[in-house]
Amino acid sequence: MSETLDHIASAARVDAPPAIMLDKVNKWFGALHVLRDVSLNVALGERVVVCGPSGSGKSTMIRCINRLETHQEGKILVNGIELSDDLKALDDIRREVGMVFQSFNLFPHLTILENCTLAPIWVRRMPKKEAEELAMEYLTRVRIPEQAKKYPGQLSGGQQQRVAIARALCMKPKIMLFDEPTSALDPEMIKEVLDTMVSLAETGMTMICVTHEMGFARQVADRVVFMDRGEIVEMGAPNHLFENPQTERLKTFLSQILRGH
Amino acid sequence: MSDITLNASAKVAEAAPRSAPISQVGFVGWMRANLFSGWLSTAVTLLLAYLIVRWAIGFVDWAFINAVWSVPNNQTQACRDLRGTGACWAVITEKHRFILFGTYPYEEHWRPALCIALFVGLYIVSAMRRFWRKELALIWVGVLTLIGVLMWGGVLGLTYVPQERWGGLVITLILATFGLALAFPLAILVALGRRSKLPAIKALCVIYVELIRGVPLISLLFMASVMFPLFLPEGMNIDKLLRAQIAIILFAGAYLAEVVRGGLQSLSKGQYEAADALGLSYWQKTGFIILPQALRLVIPPLVNTFIGFFKDTSLVLIIGIFDLLTAGKTAIIEPAWQGFGIEVYLTVGAIYFIFCFAMSKYSQGLEAELNRHRAR
Repeated sequence: MSETLDHIASAARVDAPPAIMLDKVNKWFGALHVLRDVSLNVALGERVVVCGPSGSGKSTMIRCINRLETHQEGKILVNGIELSDDLKALDDIRREVGMVFQSFNLFPHLTILENCTLAPIWVRRMPKKEAEELAMEYLTRVRIPEQAKKYPGQLSGGQQQRVAIARALCMKPKIMLFDEPTSALDPEMIKEVLDTMVSLAETGMTMICVTHEMGFARQVADRVVFMDRGEIVEMGAPNHLFENPQTERLKTFLSQILRGH
Repeated sequence: MSDITLNASAKVAEAAPRSAPISQVGFVGWMRANLFSGWLSTAVTLLLAYLIVRWAIGFVDWAFINAVWSVPNNQTQACRDLRGTGACWAVITEKHRFILFGTYPYEEHWRPALCIALFVGLYIVSAMRRFWRKELALIWVGVLTLIGVLMWGGVLGLTYVPQERWGGLVITLILATFGLALAFPLAILVALGRRSKLPAIKALCVIYVELIRGVPLISLLFMASVMFPLFLPEGMNIDKLLRAQIAIILFAGAYLAEVVRGGLQSLSKGQYEAADALGLSYWQKTGFIILPQALRLVIPPLVNTFIGFFKDTSLVLIIGIFDLLTAGKTAIIEPAWQGFGIEVYLTVGAIYFIFCFAMSKYSQGLEAELNRHRAR
């Protein structure tokens, strides 16, 4: 019985077009080859955690997905739309893809509420009142509705990152990208941000998350991707990957991560 | 035993707070710390205080006590007798209208006077944040048009006054206001263009800035006044003031563009990326995220440039336009009033100072208010 259900579920995933498709993507910074033949399909509703040593190209890869970086070879499709120099297509993609940055990147001259309503009002053409209600709803979900009138500089790092998540969600994206969302935080604030991300994962959001938080990966990831020197070295279910690393590189990485914690 | 001692000591009444010794705080404390901290600083303080007081007494004697405030019918003998010991403010009493309005017809002086009042009113209204909305642009267009009508006349029963007869403070205000009001938006566009990814636009902006910045304003004014008419078809003539005005706008635009560019460059890349990731268009990103932050950061150098250009408008004297300074200079050409330059220049300087100091003070307040979000 459960086998059939599993089968149906995976069949549904296979039939639906992948939310994100990277096909032999290559990128160079000058002479430095930072992405080497990276191919990755992410299904709708899938949660992928990307890990790897620093400089392995993981941030560059997810920044290519909403074209904050441009790739030089290969194909990237988001929701079936190919990323190219076509600005109209890029607008369509960015509207559907939310991003959370390591350094929060809130707009310091706008209040928390204005940070959240700016894009819905101007990009989605939502009436101001509706955008504010939506923003309050998401700020409540990240548990900081009482800070709405403050400026980002008055909030702690963890609070700022939760605002950044709410700001991205206000655009009602289909896909969320997280670029090391907890790396700039003090240890006591990491949990509050991870909790927010876990509850977001529970809503069925498609997520790609670059992080070193292995506990988070075990808890929510459908798949973990390990990158090193611009390549995808291994990927698989988190328990499988962490317990049976196939390559020396992953073994070394895991031992370093575990020692660090 | 020791426990008891501890308890006992804890019960001792808290010492009542008392104020610090009078010699350490307040005015006396400040004087001690800053002026009389040792024999050397005491000696320097006393010496400088002596010089300042002597100079101040001399100035008050000259400017007020021994001064002549008016003379009958250009009879300046009373003034000449006082040379060196008293100021001849009679020259200002006599010539203030010429300094303020130049050679504008005497009986029509109310028109430039009203224009000066309108300019000042416009500055005050624009300075108040509660008037910062779209309607303010309309007010500017309306007031500037009204000023044009008042100065030129020829309509509504006002007699026509050709531009050659305008002069004085009103010319300075016209050149500075139109100059900076148009140079500022131009500068923003050029600064944005210089950071553009489109090579043609970028090159155009770089060439503009480097070319204009590479020549003195005086040479630009000469070109506008002497060379430019040579290129125009015969019979066509653009107003001399307008040509000087355009030269000033282009010149100020290049300088302000570099100031604005400095602000654009000081923003972190993350701000651009966050705006991009949210799907904001280029102009939305620029208007809502980038410029509001960049311009706040460059208020001090921006106002520095504004003040500089307010005073640089006096260079139009070399192409024969009677601005405030030139009008002051011309007022003392008349033989009866020759030799009273100090009084006139002090007055003209005071007028420049009032405008520049107001700008400076206002910008300090604005900076504090607009950057409040940075304070925790």
